[in-house]
Amino acid sequence: MLILLSIVSFGLVVLHSASDGNWVVVEAQLVRLGLGFGLMILIAQIPPYFLLRTAPLLYGLGLILLLLIYPFGTEVNGSRRWLRVPGVLNFQPSELMKLFLPMVLAWYFHERHLPPGLKPVLVSCLLLLVPAGLIIVQPDLGTGLMIATSGFLVLILAGLPWRYMLRVGALVLISAPALWFVIKDYQRGRILTMFDPERDPLGAGWNIIQSKIAIGSGGFSGKGLLNGTQSHLDFLPESSTDFIIAVLAEELGFLGVVSLLALYGLFILRGLMMSLNAQDTFGRLLCGSITFTFSVYVFVNIGMVSGILPVVGVPLPLVSYGGTALLTLFAGFGLMMSIHSHRRITLL
Amino acid sequence: MREALALKDHRSESQIYVERAATGAVVVLVLFSLLILRVGYLQTVQYSDSVARSEKNRVQVVARPPVRGLILDRQGVLLADNRPSRNLEVIPEQIVNMEDTLFHLATVLEMSEEETARFRRLSGRTTRRFESAPVLFDLSDEQVARFEANRFRFPGLSVQAKLVRNYPQGALMAHAVGSVRRINDRDAASLNATAYASTDHIGKLGVERFYETELLGQVGYDRVEANARGRMMRVLDGVKPINGQNLTLYLDAGLQAAADRALDGRRGAVVAIDPKTGGILALLSRPAYDPNLFVQGISHQNYNALRTSMDAPLFNRAIQGQYQPGSTLKPFIGLIALGGSTVTVSDSIEDPGWYQLPGNERLYRDWNWTKTNDGGHGRVNIEKALYRSCNVYFYDLAVRLGIDRLSQDLKQFGFGQASVLDLPDANAGLLPSRAWKRATRKLPWYPGDTVNLGIGHGDILVTPLQMAAAVAALANRGRWVAPRMAQNQSFEDAARSSPSGAGQLPEHVWEPIIGGMEKVVHRGNQIYGENGTAWSYIGRDIEYRMAGKSGTAQVVAIEQGEVYEASIIEERKRKHAWFIAFAPIEDPKIALAVLLENGAAAVNTRRQWLVKLLIIIFWKGPVLECRTSRWRGANERRFCSKATRRSNKFSKPSWGVYLVQP
Repeated sequence: MLILLSIVSFGLVVLHSASDGNWVVVEAQLVRLGLGFGLMILIAQIPPYFLLRTAPLLYGLGLILLLLIYPFGTEVNGSRRWLRVPGVLNFQPSELMKLFLPMVLAWYFHERHLPPGLKPVLVSCLLLLVPAGLIIVQPDLGTGLMIATSGFLVLILAGLPWRYMLRVGALVLISAPALWFVIKDYQRGRILTMFDPERDPLGAGWNIIQSKIAIGSGGFSGKGLLNGTQSHLDFLPESSTDFIIAVLAEELGFLGVVSLLALYGLFILRGLMMSLNAQDTFGRLLCGSITFTFSVYVFVNIGMVSGILPVVGVPLPLVSYGGTALLTLFAGFGLMMSIHSHRRITLL
Repeated sequence: MREALALKDHRSESQIYVERAATGAVVVLVLFSLLILRVGYLQTVQYSDSVARSEKNRVQVVARPPVRGLILDRQGVLLADNRPSRNLEVIPEQIVNMEDTLFHLATVLEMSEEETARFRRLSGRTTRRFESAPVLFDLSDEQVARFEANRFRFPGLSVQAKLVRNYPQGALMAHAVGSVRRINDRDAASLNATAYASTDHIGKLGVERFYETELLGQVGYDRVEANARGRMMRVLDGVKPINGQNLTLYLDAGLQAAADRALDGRRGAVVAIDPKTGGILALLSRPAYDPNLFVQGISHQNYNALRTSMDAPLFNRAIQGQYQPGSTLKPFIGLIALGGSTVTVSDSIEDPGWYQLPGNERLYRDWNWTKTNDGGHGRVNIEKALYRSCNVYFYDLAVRLGIDRLSQDLKQFGFGQASVLDLPDANAGLLPSRAWKRATRKLPWYPGDTVNLGIGHGDILVTPLQMAAAVAALANRGRWVAPRMAQNQSFEDAARSSPSGAGQLPEHVWEPIIGGMEKVVHRGNQIYGENGTAWSYIGRDIEYRMAGKSGTAQVVAIEQGEVYEASIIEERKRKHAWFIAFAPIEDPKIALAVLLENGAAAVNTRRQWLVKLLIIIFWKGPVLECRTSRWRGANERRFCSKATRRSNKFSKPSWGVYLVQP
């Protein structure tokens, strides 16, 4: 909890700078964080066995919502991600799926003998691929892949035999060249850009070039808060959302980045402890999956901004400005807290 | 699937999980280390490179143009200043569809056909397409307002305010001051790109060209912090531009205006020089053009009209027009002859009205020769030869001097060379010699050529400026002063421009010649054939003493190849009329050369223009000061800066300008 608060306040400071000292943005983020904490506490009150029972139901509901997008979704920037209930709420079903999928998989393996045999693996793969596929065709490749990853993490934590993983890995490697021709042009471009941002310095490469300059020019101790030229003069795009780590690196330097990563590390460690303390498979798998997914988010975001991964729209958890993703995160933490705080009561 | 029936083994499941979680933790650790390494790499190894690139992103250098120096006349009247102009500028690279943009722009700004064509031409350049270039000039308030209201529709276009050259005196000073022109691509290739970083104009003619470096000043720059869209956020630091030096000329706008009124729209040139300094007091060539037309770029239509006009308004007659000097050469030949003791003051000849070379049938006539051979001036000495402008005397004198002496000694008055210090376009005229004729005509020098040269005809050519300079040397009794436009300028090559042999004539030669020239104007009320040639139309009206000489030059050729009405051709075949003078005789303040193209038609015309034209310089005459002030009062408010007006109030002019009315 303490670690969470430090990360969040760290994030707020950086966000304040990233938004040009705009307090309105910070206030909005504070409101969201408040909501997030509220949601977290709320979910923490739900007993885990209730979560366990409703997991398949929620998963089904999530699937239905994903399907509803096709007739009723709102199109924004060429992809249908949003479901709008006029005047009431406005949300992305894929965000729900981020939690429902690990839940349903944890539920599934909770009932099964572990390590899983071939059949449960195939079933769980199906459970995993259907929502991931639906999200990818929205199209929202980033979220789809992240959801698939969170699902795979459950599988791996559940004891997916290494030999399966090796085979799937080999298969992916072999099909990689074929995949190259399947993916869309802009996606191909992003991968090429990662390897050589200078091939289109004013277009696709712009973001990554500018973020690398921002990070690099920060040096060891940074230019000081509010003094980052790359972000304040708008050279750095998306400086308060996906590329916020570049602002941090520019203004607080290497020290800032390492401090943040250390906090993240502690947080992840704490999450793992919680998962190890969980008393049933469902709790363990869910906690573990959420924790590792969180780590993947951190890695993918910083990796993307620093130019070792292609650009995918993944925010930096707890720091980036943005609503729904933040709420999902807190809901996830709520699930973990629920499992953690109810362990004595649910003792079998 | 046998195990499916087996009991769940919580212990082993937990074991698997611990194992997997530990693996995961290691993987996360590795990945995070990778991130730290990566960020560390960027922030150490690439640190300096990144800092440089972020600085380059952030800081832009914006050139600040210096303000071009003003050009003032001797009284502080503005001859060239700068006025604000709002131009529409375009960055060609940023225009997606030029034709679309132009179409909408033409509607918004109500552009004319010609403006549209010019826009297309100026924006269609192929080099430096990323730089802003002006395409529409001098927008009105309304146009600016309309553009700004529609600005969102025109990315890549903007209205920029700049200072551009302005010539408040218009055509009056066009040939004296010159003008600036917009720098074109050809100029740009040879210019120092830094010095002209944000300057659009360069001096192309006259003083504007010669003093380009001084007038231009030095470019400054601002280092500004700009955001990603190129918007300036703040000025970090920079170097202020050093504005161009103001240039004060010897020119007197009042004198120039008086000369212009005197010419009364006729083609011709007036050059007045201060014999003390060589400063050019007036440099007028008519017809002229409005130099303001050229500043922002002249339209094809206007330019063609100027270029093809039969009156050649673009032609600077005062410094480029080369004419035979006619009888105005006579005083100078007289000086040489007296100096070399070829004749003395008392030597005289009998003028029968014609002259014959020994052994040659041809008659060289005097201007009052009659068919009955009973003209002539009778007994003529050098003084009379001047005030009666006797041709026969000078035919004889020239033959006695010989071509070699003539072509050698006439050099000392600046003939045959461009001796003006700061007018780069001035022509050198032509002083013929044996060598010259052999080289250009492949012919030997005939004695007849010498005879013609004696009265300033034949091959010799001079410009009005050269003539004025020669008169100044005469007024100075031999002291050569190189003509110049700008005050307070040191010229390294001033010595070189001094003609060879200048100032070598003995002292006794001056007064007889000047006396003869005085009589040209002042000898009057005599019997027929004894008055000065200019007395009847000048000398009667003035109360001070001046030395003058009239002259008539043959028209060498009608240059225009086109077919004109016969009456026009007739007019253009008339001889050119010269008049040279300096005054006052004892302490010359002004030396003057006037040329009127085809002005020697009828005695009446000649009389009229000469009377109107004579510009006479006074010194502290109460009447004239009053007239001068009136001119000032009217023009001062328009042309002078406040500071000049203030200083004018306290310093009374030491001399003034007066135009004699017929």
